[in-house]
Amino acid sequence: MPPAQGFLPNAPLFPPRASEMAREIDLLFFTTLGVTVFFSTLIAVLIFYFMVRYRRTSPTQVGVYQKGGSTGLLESTWIIGPLVIALGFFAWGARIFFAAARPPADAKQYYVIGKRWMWKIEHPSGRREINELHVPRGQAVKLKLTSEDVVHSFFLPVMRMKTDAIPGRYTTLWFNADTLGTFHLFCAEYCGTEHSRMVGRIIVMEPTEYERWIGGENMGGPSGVASGEDLFVAKACHTCHRTDSTARAPQLSGLIGKTVHLEGGQTVTADETYIRESIVNPATKVVAGYQPIMPTYRGQLSEEEIIQLIRYVGSLKQPTGVEPAPAGKAADRPAESPPSPNEGAR
Amino acid sequence: MTAHSDFPAHSAFPEPIEEAPEPYEHYLNHKYGLASWLLTRDHKRIAILYLISVSFFFLLGGAMAVIIRLELTTPEGDLVQADIYNRLFTMHGIMMIFFFLIPSIPSVLGNFLIPIMIGAKDLAFPKINLLSWYIYAIGGLFTFYALLTGGVDTGWTFYAPLSTGYTNTPVVLVALGIFITGFSSILTGLNFIVTIHRMRAPGMTWFRLPLFVWSHYATSVIMILGTPVIAITILLLGAERIFGVGIFDPKLGGDPVLFQHFFWFYSHPAVYIMILPAMGVVSELIAAFTRKPVFGYHFVAFASIAIAVLGFFVWAHHMFVAGISVYAAAIFSALSMLVAIPSAVKVFNWTTTLYKGSISWDTPMLYALGFIGLFTIGGLTGVMLATLGIDIHVHDTYFVVAHFHYIMVGGAIMGYMGGLHYWWPKITGKLYPKFWSKVGALTIFLGFNVTFFPQFILGYLGMPRRYHAYPNEFQVLNVMSSAGATVLGLGYLIPAVYFIWSMRYGKDASANPWGAIGLEWETTSPPPVENFDKPPVVTWGAYEYHESRVQPSLPPPKQEVMRVT
Amino acid sequence: MSPEAHSTAIGPRGVAAAHGSTEQGHTGAHPPRLAHHFDSYAQQRESASLGVWVFLVTEIMFFGGLFTAYILYRSKYPEAFIAGSHQLDVMLGTINTAVLICSSLTMAMAVRSAQLGRSKAIAGFLVATIVLGSVFLGIKATEYHHKWVEHLIPGHDFHLEIDHLPTHHGKPVASELPSGVVGESRADVPLPSAGPQDIQAHTQLFFFLYFGMTGLHAVHMIIGVGLLVWLIRPSLRGMFDGNNHNYVEGIGLYWHFVDIVWIFLFPLLYLVGRHG
Repeated sequence: MPPAQGFLPNAPLFPPRASEMAREIDLLFFTTLGVTVFFSTLIAVLIFYFMVRYRRTSPTQVGVYQKGGSTGLLESTWIIGPLVIALGFFAWGARIFFAAARPPADAKQYYVIGKRWMWKIEHPSGRREINELHVPRGQAVKLKLTSEDVVHSFFLPVMRMKTDAIPGRYTTLWFNADTLGTFHLFCAEYCGTEHSRMVGRIIVMEPTEYERWIGGENMGGPSGVASGEDLFVAKACHTCHRTDSTARAPQLSGLIGKTVHLEGGQTVTADETYIRESIVNPATKVVAGYQPIMPTYRGQLSEEEIIQLIRYVGSLKQPTGVEPAPAGKAADRPAESPPSPNEGAR
Repeated sequence: MTAHSDFPAHSAFPEPIEEAPEPYEHYLNHKYGLASWLLTRDHKRIAILYLISVSFFFLLGGAMAVIIRLELTTPEGDLVQADIYNRLFTMHGIMMIFFFLIPSIPSVLGNFLIPIMIGAKDLAFPKINLLSWYIYAIGGLFTFYALLTGGVDTGWTFYAPLSTGYTNTPVVLVALGIFITGFSSILTGLNFIVTIHRMRAPGMTWFRLPLFVWSHYATSVIMILGTPVIAITILLLGAERIFGVGIFDPKLGGDPVLFQHFFWFYSHPAVYIMILPAMGVVSELIAAFTRKPVFGYHFVAFASIAIAVLGFFVWAHHMFVAGISVYAAAIFSALSMLVAIPSAVKVFNWTTTLYKGSISWDTPMLYALGFIGLFTIGGLTGVMLATLGIDIHVHDTYFVVAHFHYIMVGGAIMGYMGGLHYWWPKITGKLYPKFWSKVGALTIFLGFNVTFFPQFILGYLGMPRRYHAYPNEFQVLNVMSSAGATVLGLGYLIPAVYFIWSMRYGKDASANPWGAIGLEWETTSPPPVENFDKPPVVTWGAYEYHESRVQPSLPPPKQEVMRVT
Repeated sequence: MSPEAHSTAIGPRGVAAAHGSTEQGHTGAHPPRLAHHFDSYAQQRESASLGVWVFLVTEIMFFGGLFTAYILYRSKYPEAFIAGSHQLDVMLGTINTAVLICSSLTMAMAVRSAQLGRSKAIAGFLVATIVLGSVFLGIKATEYHHKWVEHLIPGHDFHLEIDHLPTHHGKPVASELPSGVVGESRADVPLPSAGPQDIQAHTQLFFFLYFGMTGLHAVHMIIGVGLLVWLIRPSLRGMFDGNNHNYVEGIGLYWHFVDIVWIFLFPLLYLVGRHG
């Protein structure tokens, strides 16, 4: 891989960082490192000093006898002291962790699929790339990660960020790049033979350059939302999930983030993982008031297609003046099977 | 009969005498022949059997480490293919953890010393002790056979669905080997617990026990509670591989993160199985080579128990970025901070023991002091890893690799080496050359630090774990690490050579070559078959290094009343 | 080395050791059936007892892993677990439970007889326990055979047929629809139900846990029966008495533990969703 802007070929001790959060993490790291160095040095110095100062002078010399001689005060000090320090670090680290788990509202949503042994990335505009992630500077970027096969981990050292990409669900990683350049992308969860080659680059560009790049040579399909809509029709989802009174299935508009009540009394907050599960495993979470009649699409949709469907569903706005089909309605109608997924679009 | 002190009288402080004793019968010359070893019930002989087997696996694991470090001197994967490399680090981890570190101190030193230290003739269940060794050997044979047919390439952590559906290597065979060996661990732990509860000599109350015994008691509790869980995890893994049932594979309705929970529920306490015995050794060494009671004996004893208990509540700190909820992550991070504290207590207590001690620079002490320093570094970097904000960056990088090698090699193996050097005269009746033993200790210490310290930096720079090839900018530190590994490897060869040499050519050891206090030093080197000529009665506490021992005219220290428990 | 010279400690183990040892190993009077390394019958007994209890704790952790998996997947796929559980024969399961409880009674009687040193009684009760245990295993084998015939062994050839739809809270639990068929429904079910593929996969998981847990239990039973058979000869030879009956007591504890595991397995596996 040719060295690019931002790589530091002579490996200094302090790695580059490209976001505020990375700087915060560095601060936390070097503070804890300082405490570690302090205590390690203290113990080492004490050991060396005592070793020399109290060196045995004759074969029958004994130490100064202190039977059970520990004062509660001393022990308390070195129990409470380290505990306070450690919990302090815990609190600081937890604060950063929580912030890392909560992308800002204006973050742009990207999708990443890990697969042995490559990273497939999809931009908000629909443009796709492999093993490379172009992002604009100064814009919060949110990645929705999943895997097609085994557990991978998306690692951006320059952002001090990583999150596992797990098959069967979505995980999130976000950052806001504030430094231009090209930096490493690694897979950080052992995934088989070519694990060490599942690497790539993140390229941070000026926003105007990014726009130019995105609008340029079209490497992906049509915009994700548009192709999601085509799929929605092609797979006959619209025959049940519809906005008029013949709907046999829950309304999908405004779904993401909504609290959904399930059969059996539980509630769940609809997120991408929930939607994905409803597509491949619909019988497990049936919405209250509806029959478990949705067929499973497992094996019939690729991870990319599922993502496109999720993007489409996420883009559906609540239509004004139309109430979602009330619960009891479905039972009143005569028995009618849903169309098989193999049926073509109407 | 020479060279052992009288009791129950308060014995005069024994001087190290290095004259050859007259020949007498002891556990090594009591019977000869292969059958007398392979069918022995003597805990001392079983300890020797373990010594030979764990050394074999240490050699295997070490050889793999050599190839790994050799490969990593260059950024490209040019020494071995990626496939082979993956098998190498996997088998290195498996051999070292399951077949060396976990059994080493408990099964070699613990087996040999616990009955003697508490004044018993043997463990509570000698035949089960022998069975433990056979189970270990059979499990080891399975895994060794799997190694010969190519080994596994899943990483020692066997994460699903990689290990259940994406590899053709003999996962089930290796898993079976580990499963079987786990029972060896369980039976050893069981034996120790019953022995310590029921077989103590008259007068040996709990708070007179050597801290070595306390550590092994805590270790045994972890062994019996944790090991069955990895056994079940292995069974589930095997079932999924063989029958295609979807426990962990999401394509069949399973949950890959569930595997991680199951796996780490055992594997985290397992690391305490590996370190607690070494801490026990260090307590003994510090006391003996400062000739002072360990400062804060009760605190150190309870700290062992605290580590064992708390260790069961922190497993998900291996899973902070694995998609668990932020609240769960926070709880596990906080608990992980708690578990660091008892270890800190021990380090402070050991260091304070040195104050106004009479410190010998003998080789076992060098290892003990090395342990304290390196364990402190390893442990504190563990606190750094438990800090959520930091872990996001350094999880699954060489920072973690450096951390656990500091604890396992800089800690546990140094403890093991220190123990071997301290009790070698007792076990074999022979002395090893002092000069070379110090050379060995120093070489190991230096080699170790040059190998693993650069890895902390590599990890922070972003080099991930288990990488066969890496970006150019990581090469300098990798070369440094590999250079250190060469020195470290040589360092381990030195004791191997002189230990074997000493068995034939070493000077004979007296009962108490170190001038230490403890029941094991009140019997011959090597001990008789039933450990003592007369069953001891204990009327003094642990580590009673008191002036009255050197000058009997002085009054002895005040004793606690011997309780009838 | 005269006997008086060594310890006369009146410590926790009561009576001091009955024999001394010399360089040559032990000589002289050695109480029968007191192992070498123990000082008294009491110590031997207490050690054996503690040893068995510690072992049982490890068994709890062992089975605990499977119970954990069960709890997790039952809450995740309740319908599949109901469907699977309904395939099991409650009658046979109940009989087995009764058989096992009786066998615990005969085992306890065997232990009591051992404490009293009644050789014939010990052997008799052991045989009774063996018989009952074997009945249990025989019924279990029959059930396994049924599952084999019904294609309910996970992995190989697994296929769940549902003749009568069990209902749960008045709604159909699962049904079979060949994929691709449009509009066909069974007469007794108003609406066809969801994801046949999923129900198969999840019910297979139930059966995996069924075979895993009852299979592990059965392995423990077989070992238990073997141990009991092994005890018969020593019993008839009068090896057990008030001082020394550790083996019978220990194996008795083991047997009771295996019984208790079954008491948990039975409702969790056989009685899912059968309350309505």
